Amino acid sequence: MTAGRTASATRAKSSTRRRGSREVMVLVATRKGAWLYRGDTARRKWSAHGPHFLGHIVNHIVLDPRDGRTLLAAAKTGHLGPTVFRSTDLGQTWKEASKPPAFAKKQDGSGRAVDHTFWLTPGHASEPDVWYAGTSPQGLFRTEDGGVTWAPFSHINDDPQYIEWMGTVQDGTPDGPKLHSIIVDPRDPKHLYFAMSGGGVHESTDGGAHFRPLIDGMEVVEGFDRDTVTFHDPHCVQICPAHPDRLYQQNHCGIYRIERPANHWVRIGVTMPHEVGDIGFPVTVHPRDPDVVWVFPMDGTSVWPRTSPDGKPAVYATRDAGKSWQRLDAGLPDAQAWWTVKRQAMAADTRDPVGLYFGTTSGELWASRDEGGKWTCVAQHLPEIYAVETAELD
Amino acid sequence: MRVHIPGALRSYTEKSEAEAHGNNLAALLVDLDRQYQGIRFRMIDEQDRIRPHIRIFVNGEQVRELDRPLDARDDEVVIVQALSGG
Repeated sequence: MTAGRTASATRAKSSTRRRGSREVMVLVATRKGAWLYRGDTARRKWSAHGPHFLGHIVNHIVLDPRDGRTLLAAAKTGHLGPTVFRSTDLGQTWKEASKPPAFAKKQDGSGRAVDHTFWLTPGHASEPDVWYAGTSPQGLFRTEDGGVTWAPFSHINDDPQYIEWMGTVQDGTPDGPKLHSIIVDPRDPKHLYFAMSGGGVHESTDGGAHFRPLIDGMEVVEGFDRDTVTFHDPHCVQICPAHPDRLYQQNHCGIYRIERPANHWVRIGVTMPHEVGDIGFPVTVHPRDPDVVWVFPMDGTSVWPRTSPDGKPAVYATRDAGKSWQRLDAGLPDAQAWWTVKRQAMAADTRDPVGLYFGTTSGELWASRDEGGKWTCVAQHLPEIYAVETAELD
Repeated sequence: MRVHIPGALRSYTEKSEAEAHGNNLAALLVDLDRQYQGIRFRMIDEQDRIRPHIRIFVNGEQVRELDRPLDARDDEVVIVQALSGG
């Protein structure tokens, strides 16, 4: 099955090249397909390549940083089962996985079925063909052949304790409970994290043989018991590449930081402006400075509109690990803009200064070449954007 | 036997009808997947349940169980994808 028709055969290289010389590709996954936006070296002009998989619900599209040319896309349609597409030529051609993520068959009829693959994470640099996938309902899967065949990974998919923590559809997000934010410690392929909405943050130090909750310090919705793992709703968790003992989390109930080996999350969102609050979906970390983080707040008051607060969208940045925050809205609409940004839909490149990119629920792609100082709209009129990732090409 | 393929799955078969064989519906779908890799999982989940919005008819009769026997000489299988939503 093919859908790609665009991107050149340019081969992306690893991060050994000088940061300023590389083109950025922004990978945009939407409710109706995927688009690849290629920028010039100045990141001023962007060309759209797509749609890929028109009509498919694409939840994530990710470049393999280990070879610089393999893309995986998690897709389904509104009526057909889920699958994963793989390209080894930067999106020129695509081939479907021969065995997409799927739960083990249960003979008694109680088995779960993957509705959609939601999250894709390339494995450790020392494991070149390994990827991890998170699904809805919550499941963890792994491939060891670059995404062609997938198998259930670790004990959690069938572990009665984990099944309880995953909760029911009532405990999950409106379009299905999700396993997301799969993180591989860049120093150790056996050190893994993942998060579930709902179901908390979890960690393994033995390559997935065992996972345990990592929820101390995280708050839950008023009236619920914070000791019950099910009630924890991390929206997005990111590890700092330059300081992998530090992770940031955007939660249903605030913004957090953790300093490992401590097991306690600290709510750093309390320093956000009161009228904006610290509710949101995405969190994006700086590629080199672990004190710098960007979030995109949304309205989490009253009935939870999940729009930009007061219709005035803005990115907020901290440059001191959460002690203080700065509003970054230059170039963004100053009123009557009621969109927001989903948990996978904000990303950074590794250029200097860092480029930031986010996609909106209203189908706009925005970019900043100066770490959020000024924003430019790259694309309008796309379908609802679910995910934005970056890749850098020579 | 002839199998009618719905439009949403013709990216696999590139035609509206395919030829597949099996002494029941499960075997027929396995044979279809052998020829058009991946097509079965788009219709049938990992618990062998027919996915929502997919309907399968044998000689005009809706079939809900994959162990429905098939007769290679006479039966015609029609796979239909109901469309809804926006």
